Amino acid sequence: MKTSTTFDMPDASGVLDYMKNNAHDSGDLVTLNVGPSHPATHGVLRLKLVIDGEVVVSCDPVIGHLHRGMEKIAENCHYNQYVAYTDRFDYLAPMSNNIAYACAVEKLMGWELPERGQAIRVISSELSRLSSYFLGLGVYAMDVGAMTVFLYCYEEKEKVHNFYEKICGARFTSSYTRIGGMTRDFPEGFDKDILDFCESASKTIDEMEALLLHNKIFIDRLVGVGVITREMALSGGMTGPNLRASGVARDLRKTNPYLGYEKYEFDVPVAQEGDCYARFQLRLEEMRQSIRILRQAVAMIPKGPIWVQLDKGILPPKKDVMQGMEELIRQFMVSTQSVNAPAGQVFFAAENPKGELGFFIDSKGGGVANRLKMRSPSFGSLSILSDLLPGHLISDIPAILGSFDFVQGECDR
Amino acid sequence: MQFIIDCWNSVMGDPTWFYLITTIAKLALMFILLLLFVVLSVWIERRIAGWIQDRPGPNRTGIPIHLLQRFGSKEKQPLKKWLEYFGVPANSWIAKLCTWLRLDREIPLFGLIQPMADGAKLFLKQEMTPSYVRKGFFIAAPMFVLGPPLIAAAVLPFSSSVDTCYGAINMCVANLNIGVLWIFAFSGLSVYGLTLAGWASNSKFPFIGGLRATAQLISYEVAMGLSIIPLLMMFSTLNLQEIVQNQAENGWTLVPLWGEGLSLQRWVLLLPMCISFLIFVTSVFAEANRTPFDMAECETDLVGGYHTEYSSMKFASFFMGEYVAMVVGSALVITLFLGGWSIGLGADVCLADWAKAAAITGSDQAATCWQSILGCCAGWIVVLLQFVAFIVKLVAFVFFFVWVRWTLPRFRFDQVMKLSWLVFFEIAVINILLTAAILYFIQ
Repeated sequence: MKTSTTFDMPDASGVLDYMKNNAHDSGDLVTLNVGPSHPATHGVLRLKLVIDGEVVVSCDPVIGHLHRGMEKIAENCHYNQYVAYTDRFDYLAPMSNNIAYACAVEKLMGWELPERGQAIRVISSELSRLSSYFLGLGVYAMDVGAMTVFLYCYEEKEKVHNFYEKICGARFTSSYTRIGGMTRDFPEGFDKDILDFCESASKTIDEMEALLLHNKIFIDRLVGVGVITREMALSGGMTGPNLRASGVARDLRKTNPYLGYEKYEFDVPVAQEGDCYARFQLRLEEMRQSIRILRQAVAMIPKGPIWVQLDKGILPPKKDVMQGMEELIRQFMVSTQSVNAPAGQVFFAAENPKGELGFFIDSKGGGVANRLKMRSPSFGSLSILSDLLPGHLISDIPAILGSFDFVQGECDR
Repeated sequence: MQFIIDCWNSVMGDPTWFYLITTIAKLALMFILLLLFVVLSVWIERRIAGWIQDRPGPNRTGIPIHLLQRFGSKEKQPLKKWLEYFGVPANSWIAKLCTWLRLDREIPLFGLIQPMADGAKLFLKQEMTPSYVRKGFFIAAPMFVLGPPLIAAAVLPFSSSVDTCYGAINMCVANLNIGVLWIFAFSGLSVYGLTLAGWASNSKFPFIGGLRATAQLISYEVAMGLSIIPLLMMFSTLNLQEIVQNQAENGWTLVPLWGEGLSLQRWVLLLPMCISFLIFVTSVFAEANRTPFDMAECETDLVGGYHTEYSSMKFASFFMGEYVAMVVGSALVITLFLGGWSIGLGADVCLADWAKAAAITGSDQAATCWQSILGCCAGWIVVLLQFVAFIVKLVAFVFFFVWVRWTLPRFRFDQVMKLSWLVFFEIAVINILLTAAILYFIQ
């Protein structure tokens, strides 16, 4: 019986020049192709590395493997329909994307949510920030070899998803917001769920700190690795925790508060070192701040409507639709044509887990955007890879990529 | 019958045949034991990893009962029939417990079947050999990984010797006077496996993995070899059986609490021994290529390291080789530092005396039936107890291995090399001088 099969791969590694190990042993440089399908690249990022032994000489990041034409799709569906697509940007924090997008369109409309609606959005976005950070840090730890922390983190992330399921029916692709409100209100007794989660999450954060932050191997691997200076970070367009780890105190929740963030007390942690270790430390601290915001928001959440109180553009209560002609027409109009936006241009950026997610909307009036441009934080983070990686060892690459906490779905759109 | 006994007596009476037969029996025992232990350690690893990570791990895999039908059983629901046989009503708590334990579907073995299922899966996988590999070396490499640790295990004593009426049987496969050197020589050979795998794959990730493995294993071989020299100076022998015998009588290397172990010299020597222990254990981790030293195959930057291009049983050979190296390394650590098969606290000497006395009483004409049976078995009982002690220690150390793996992050390659050459090498050399000084000045 023939037990072994030899595969000729005419279109793959067998013939491609850069896949072959044809470096001369007198010290030639080798081109190493990391990705697009590689454990360290968290998705489909491809790095074309030129290495000298173990040292990276140059790096050429190739993005776009996950390009789905998200911006073009926005021109072909109305504002409410597009909410479902925003789940797929940063698929580790779908709720944050929903909220950022809805806020952008509401800015175009000139609407302001009632107090309760804002509080619900703050709670949802902080929960999704925690879930994204938990996963990001867990994967980061796994990249440097500590597998167990990943599973501890995942447990916490699952709790957030359980809560998502309660509030919007889906665990992952939430599509929670609509223009002018949310699909439904929080269920009864949500405050207990959230406070329980805050309790267990802070315990897990302490555990992570004990397991990793004070671990000699972890410190040795990350301190002084992947140092991004303030200038590099700014010129590369980095935002979010990656920028704050390089010494720039820029957090949109503080600098231009939206959704009533100015009502909550929280600090913006800033680190000066800009290395992988600082980014890890900073994320842990931001999680603590998120928990702080969550606790305040749960305590302060008012009673009242969650939708913008208007006669047009938002869905009427179902009870009225069944009885009133006017409401039936309105339901039909909102479902098929969404809001009637004024002509104009608007830019709104929200502080998402990965950084600033911005939406530029160019409207010619009506329910469909003429052009939607996304400013994705992961793209900014990845754009400095070719400056950052040269000089580092191959083993540093997973650590650096993990510390960026990027998501290809958002970078490639 | 008499003829068979006569034959047996004449064959076993011949020292050459006696030696051959006992050696082959020990060899088979050791080989089976080691391979079973590899399977067991895979299970231990996964269960403990599950325990550490707040998840159950493989706890359900059992032998499915419908297999019985495959072998001719007509019974559709054997559990029901068995319960009826014993007169247990179908709605009693015993029946419910049995159902809860899934006894109606399978014979549960706490997931112990899982490693075998894994093995079967790997065995049945399609084997892919990329077209661009260097075939001969590609096939030879897994053998070089799996073979040497198995050969190295030959000198590990798993129990003391036992006197039979044909002669004494020493409970290690090969009682060599250069036992320690034998282990180093053969475990050093496994470097070739990793190097060849990396080079023959003719692909870049394996190539880097192979290079790393070579550098790392050679470096840690040095640290490992130097670290146990103080210990060999203390015991003045390279024979592992004698080292363990000495520890059984005079206190384990790290626990000198009985016999001559209570002398001042042994207690002062504890310091260099502890240093040796730390270096040696770390080096065993590095030699076994396990986290935090799994540079050669760290999946996050090298995909799979040297075994990226391997599949099916060739991959399984690497996998098993790693576990054999882990088990052999653990056995070596407990043999050198934690008394090997010795039960400890002077119990071995007492047991040996007891066995001798029992043998003398049993061979007496006036002995009762029980005394003579005990006289025959006493030696074997002692050997068995020591064997159990050995296995218990081995499992404990394998647990330690697993614990470390699922707790610590991975080193970076240059840090690993620095640790070996700039830290361990120096400390080991100083440690040798320190031990020499202690042995010379403190009597």
